[in-house]
Amino acid sequence: MSIFINKKTKLIVQGITGRDGSFHAEQMKKYGTDVVAGVTPGKGGTTVADIPVFNTMEEAMVEIKANTSVIYVPPAYAVDAIYEAVDAGIKTVVCITEGVPANDMMKVYAYVKEKGARLIGPNCPGLISPGESKVGIMPGTIVKKGNIGVVSRSGTLTYEAIWALTLADMGQSTCIGIGGDQVIGTNFIDCLDAFEKDRSTKAIVMIGEIGGSDEETAAKFIKKNVTKPVVAFIAGQTAPPGKRMGHAGAIISGGSGTAADKIAALNKVGIPVAGSPTEIPDILKDLMKKAKQKKASTKTKK
Amino acid sequence: MKIHEYQAKEIFADAKIPVSSGEIATTPVEAYEVAKRFNQPVMVKAQVHVGGRGKAGGIKYAENAEAAKVLAQQILGMDLKGLTVKKVLITQAEDIISESYVGIILDRSTKKPVIMVSSAGGVDIEEVAAKTPEKIFKLYVDPIEGLKKYQARNLAYKLYRDIKQVRKAADIISKLYDVYWEVDASLVEINPLITNTAGEVIALDAKINIDDNGLYRQPVIATMRDLNEEDPYEEEAREGDLSFVKLDGSIGCIVNGAGLAMTTMDLVKRYGGEPANFLDIGGSSNPRKVVSAMKIILSEPKVRSILINIFGGITRCDDVANGIVAAFKELNPNVPVVVRLTGTNEKEAAKILKAVNLPTANTIDEVVKKAIELANLE
Repeated sequence: MSIFINKKTKLIVQGITGRDGSFHAEQMKKYGTDVVAGVTPGKGGTTVADIPVFNTMEEAMVEIKANTSVIYVPPAYAVDAIYEAVDAGIKTVVCITEGVPANDMMKVYAYVKEKGARLIGPNCPGLISPGESKVGIMPGTIVKKGNIGVVSRSGTLTYEAIWALTLADMGQSTCIGIGGDQVIGTNFIDCLDAFEKDRSTKAIVMIGEIGGSDEETAAKFIKKNVTKPVVAFIAGQTAPPGKRMGHAGAIISGGSGTAADKIAALNKVGIPVAGSPTEIPDILKDLMKKAKQKKASTKTKK
Repeated sequence: MKIHEYQAKEIFADAKIPVSSGEIATTPVEAYEVAKRFNQPVMVKAQVHVGGRGKAGGIKYAENAEAAKVLAQQILGMDLKGLTVKKVLITQAEDIISESYVGIILDRSTKKPVIMVSSAGGVDIEEVAAKTPEKIFKLYVDPIEGLKKYQARNLAYKLYRDIKQVRKAADIISKLYDVYWEVDASLVEINPLITNTAGEVIALDAKINIDDNGLYRQPVIATMRDLNEEDPYEEEAREGDLSFVKLDGSIGCIVNGAGLAMTTMDLVKRYGGEPANFLDIGGSSNPRKVVSAMKIILSEPKVRSILINIFGGITRCDDVANGIVAAFKELNPNVPVVVRLTGTNEKEAAKILKAVNLPTANTIDEVVKKAIELANLE
C-alpha cells in the first residue's frame, strides 16, 4: 500500500518525446511503473521505449484509461498541459516542471480543486512507492520498500534523507516531493492526512524549508489529526532574509517563513526536528520504539 | 525581480492609475533643470531597491530648483542600506490631506491574491500589521472570478467617506488588480495613496515585485532589470544557470539541489564554520557548470576551502567529476577542495577524481567537517 500511486497506477507521460520526457519515461517503465501512453502534439503514432505516443490527452484517453499523468514540459506549456490532463479525466497529475509562473498556478489550483483532481507539484521530483510505482524522477536505486512515509519540498535533500533511511534498514511506503514553489497543488497536510490513513505507513518524515507557513500549518494538523510518529527536518537555518534560495518558494519575506519559526512550531507540538538529515533514522527509531511501548502498556492496562 | 519606483510608476501610468510620475535625474544639474521646469516645490527621491528610503534620508522636500540641486548632490552617490544611489526621481510636491495604503500580494496559504487597504498609509505596513492590525482590511480574491466592482468599492469605503473619492479609489484598486496579473507581479503596492487639497486621489509611491518565473513572457519588464542593484557574482551565476547567493563566511559550497544546498550551509554553521555562499548547480550534469561555480567562489578572497556535495540521482557523479578535473586544470584553485559524490556512477566518478588527488568524504556531515578542518589549517 501507499499514497496517491500504487500498482494500479496507469500513467501517461506528457511531453514524452522531449529530452527529459523520453529519458524518464524509460526509467519509470524500467522501474516497473505501468506507463500506458505518452502525449506530444505532432508525434502521435510514434513510440518511445515501446510506449505508444498520441497527439492529445483526449485521443490517448479514448484508447487507454489512464488515471495518472506526469508532465515533462517547459514552463511556457506546463500549465496548459495540466488543464489538458484534468479535462481529459486524469485524477492525479504530477508536474515536474520548474519555472511555472506563480499567478498561473493560483488559477490552476482553483480549477483542479473544482474538478476534484489532485495536482502534485510543480517544480517537484514526483513520487515513488517502492516496489509498486514511480512517477517522476526520484532514483529507484536509493529506495527500499517499508513503512516510513516521506514528504518533502525538496529534491536531492529528499534523496539524502531516503538514503539515510534505506541504509538504516528503514524502508519507505511512499516518498513524495511536493515541490519548491510558492503555490503547489498538494501541501504537507494533504500528504500527512493520506499517510495517517494509509495502513502500510507506520511513521512519517517531513522535510521542509524556509518560506511560507506550510510547516506551521502542518504542525497544528499533526497535533490534531496524526497519531503516527513524525520526525521533521527544516533546511535554511542560515538563509539570509529576503533572498530566494534556489526554489521560488524558499524565501523569508517580511520576517516570516524563517526556519527558526518552523522549528519552534514543530517542537511546540512535540515533533522532533533533526539537526542533520543523517540523524533522522535514529530519532525515528526511538520515536517508533516509544510509540510501540506506549501501545503495549495501554493494551496491558486494558 | 525588483524594479524602481519610477519604473513601477510608468507601469501604473500606462494603466491609467493617477501617479505623481516626475522625472529622473542622474546629476544635480539635471535635478535643477527638472525642478525648474516643474516651477514648484518638489520631492527628491532616491531610486534604490530598498524600503524605508525616507527614514534613511533618501527622500527630501525641496522648496525650489536650487534646493533640489543641493539635495540631489547629497542623495546621489549616497549609500542607502548597502546600495549606492545612482538616480533620483524628482516629483511635484503635493499638499497632502490624507495617506492610505493599498497593496496586493500573493497569499501562499489561500493560494489567492489578497488585497490589503489601510488608512494607516505612509508608514511601514509590516509595523501596522504588527501593532495595529485592526487598521488593515483584507480581501482574498477568487483568481478565476476576479475582482468585482462592488468589492473594490467596499475596500474604497474603508479608506474614504466622500463618494467622489470612493469612486476614484475603487477605480484605482480595480486597475491595480489588473496590473498585478498583467505584469506577473508577486506584489504591487501604493504606499502612500494620497488625497490632496484639490480632492485628487494619487499614488505618491509605487512598488512592484515581479515573479522571476514570469519574466520569460514579460519582455519589456525584463529590460527593467537594474544590474547596479544586484551582486555581480549573483548576476554571473544567473547567466550560467546557477543559483548563487553570497554570504559572509570562508567555506565555499557547491551543491546540487536547493534544499541540499541550504542544508549544507546549515551544517557548516552547525559544525563550527561559516558558509561563504549558497550555490545550487541544479539538476543537469554539465561539467561547465562546475567550472563556472568554482570560478565564482574562488573570486571571493575570504574563501579558505571549498566543499563539493553532490547526491546524484539524475545528475551523474562522473559528469561532475569531469567538471571538477576541468575546473582544476583551468582555474588552479589556491584553496583546499574536498569532494563528496554519492549516487549515480559514483564509482566511475572516484576513478576520474584520482587525476586530481583530492580529499574525499562519504557523507554530507563528513564533507562539511573536512572542509572546516582544512580551512582552519590555511
